[in-house]
Amino acid sequence: MIELSGVGHRFGDRWVLRGVDLALTERRVAVIGANGSGKSTFARLLNGLIVPTEGRVRVDGLDTRKRGREVRRRVGFVFQDPDVQIVMPTVAEDLAFGLKHHDVPKVSIPGLVDRALADFGLAEYRDHPAHLLSGGQKQLLAIAAVLVTDPAYIVFDEPTTLLDLRNKRRVVAVVAGLAQQVVVVSHDLDLLADFDRAVVFDEGRVVADGTPAEAVAAYLALLSG
Amino acid sequence: MLSLYHDARTPVHALPAGVKLSILVAVGTAVFFAGSAPVLGASLGAVALLYALARVPARVAWRQSAPVLPFLVLIVATQVLIAGWVVAALVGLRVLVLVALANLVTLTTRTSAVVAAVEAALRPLRPLGVRPERVGLVVAMTIRFIPVIKEQADLVRAAQRARGVERSTAFLVPLLVRTLRLADGLGEALDARGVGSGERSRRSRASVRAVRTSDPQGDQ
Ligand SMILES: Nc1ncnc2c1ncn2[C@@H]1O[C@H](COP(=O)(O)OP(=O)(O)OP(=O)(O)O)[C@@H](O)[C@H]1O
Ligand SMILES: [Mg+2]
Repeated sequence: MIELSGVGHRFGDRWVLRGVDLALTERRVAVIGANGSGKSTFARLLNGLIVPTEGRVRVDGLDTRKRGREVRRRVGFVFQDPDVQIVMPTVAEDLAFGLKHHDVPKVSIPGLVDRALADFGLAEYRDHPAHLLSGGQKQLLAIAAVLVTDPAYIVFDEPTTLLDLRNKRRVVAVVAGLAQQVVVVSHDLDLLADFDRAVVFDEGRVVADGTPAEAVAAYLALLSG
Repeated sequence: MLSLYHDARTPVHALPAGVKLSILVAVGTAVFFAGSAPVLGASLGAVALLYALARVPARVAWRQSAPVLPFLVLIVATQVLIAGWVVAALVGLRVLVLVALANLVTLTTRTSAVVAAVEAALRPLRPLGVRPERVGLVVAMTIRFIPVIKEQADLVRAAQRARGVERSTAFLVPLLVRTLRLADGLGEALDARGVGSGERSRRSRASVRAVRTSDPQGDQ
């Protein structure tokens, strides 16, 4: 479980998150809200990429402030732009990279890489330079590289924004099929329709929290009024 | 010319990366001292044989080497002007042998193997404070990000052209901003993927954010 209690975050002297208390237990949680409402800041708090200015974030009881490394092993993170997330020159090497840094024994790495390549339809791109992949393939690779390390939770920050319709559908299907608990930040309301829970942020506060239908209604009401 | 590994099962591919890199360095040095056209010509022939042995298709070899040709022409032309035909031919041959051999190493060696070889070579320096894994990571990431930065440069240029700016020295500023932004995101991604200490300095992020808000390109 990911648990936030009394969480606030400040950049310089501007508070971008205030008074967030949430216990995320559902398998699929969506986060929506206007630009600048604090969604990405919230997402980054969940795996300790940033630590809260006040309050506490705990993952399976581990405080992100003190146990950042362990938290990041449990919580995978998929960024909006796969270009920053892919750090190795070729597809297979990038998949192996995360495994190496998660202390997976060297002998089991090739097997895991092969399986991930097959699962994501990337097998024929094994030795392909990452920069020659299409945007959708890059995002699939970025997701595969997170999944291959077997995290218990995965946070996605707008994973489909840069994708065309076809690739978006692929990514949506992959996310829908995940066994892990996922938290997805997205402007794409269709993507979230069958989630278990949706949280709406506005100016750094949680202003609605419920089923996706309720949350979307609240979000639209916010926009119109 | 980066990271275009061409997979095949040949003796050239099977040769350990460390050996290939050492040969490259040795030949590079030898070629520098070789003063006779027949020797250099023979070296070029030998490299061509190695290409055949590695079963690199001519099309792939050409694609790999073509980007270097304008520079080669430029170098030779300069040499013709300042030192005459004979020297120019020698210099041209030297560069050709070197580029062809370096490309052959690239085509037949996985980056991960190159990185592992670099790490192994640096391991004795560990007591001096060198961290081989870090150097290896830098090598790999450089290979990965050169094309990405080139892409960014093309984007900035295209954006400026779309606004009617044809030639501009201001080109460098947006590119720098984009590169800094890339570096910022990259640092974060490395944290997320389990590398690095994690606690990133807030000051560095804030300073990038300051640059970010003054990005003249905006988000496109
Ligand atoms: N590193 C940072 N330094 C300073 N200010 C920041 C930083 N990151 C975010 N902010 C500010 O915090 C606020 C919330 O940003 P955040 O990225 O969390 O919003 P968001 O909801 O993800 O927006 P978007 O939909 O545009 O992605 C914004 O006003 C932003 O400018
Ligand atoms: Mg965001």
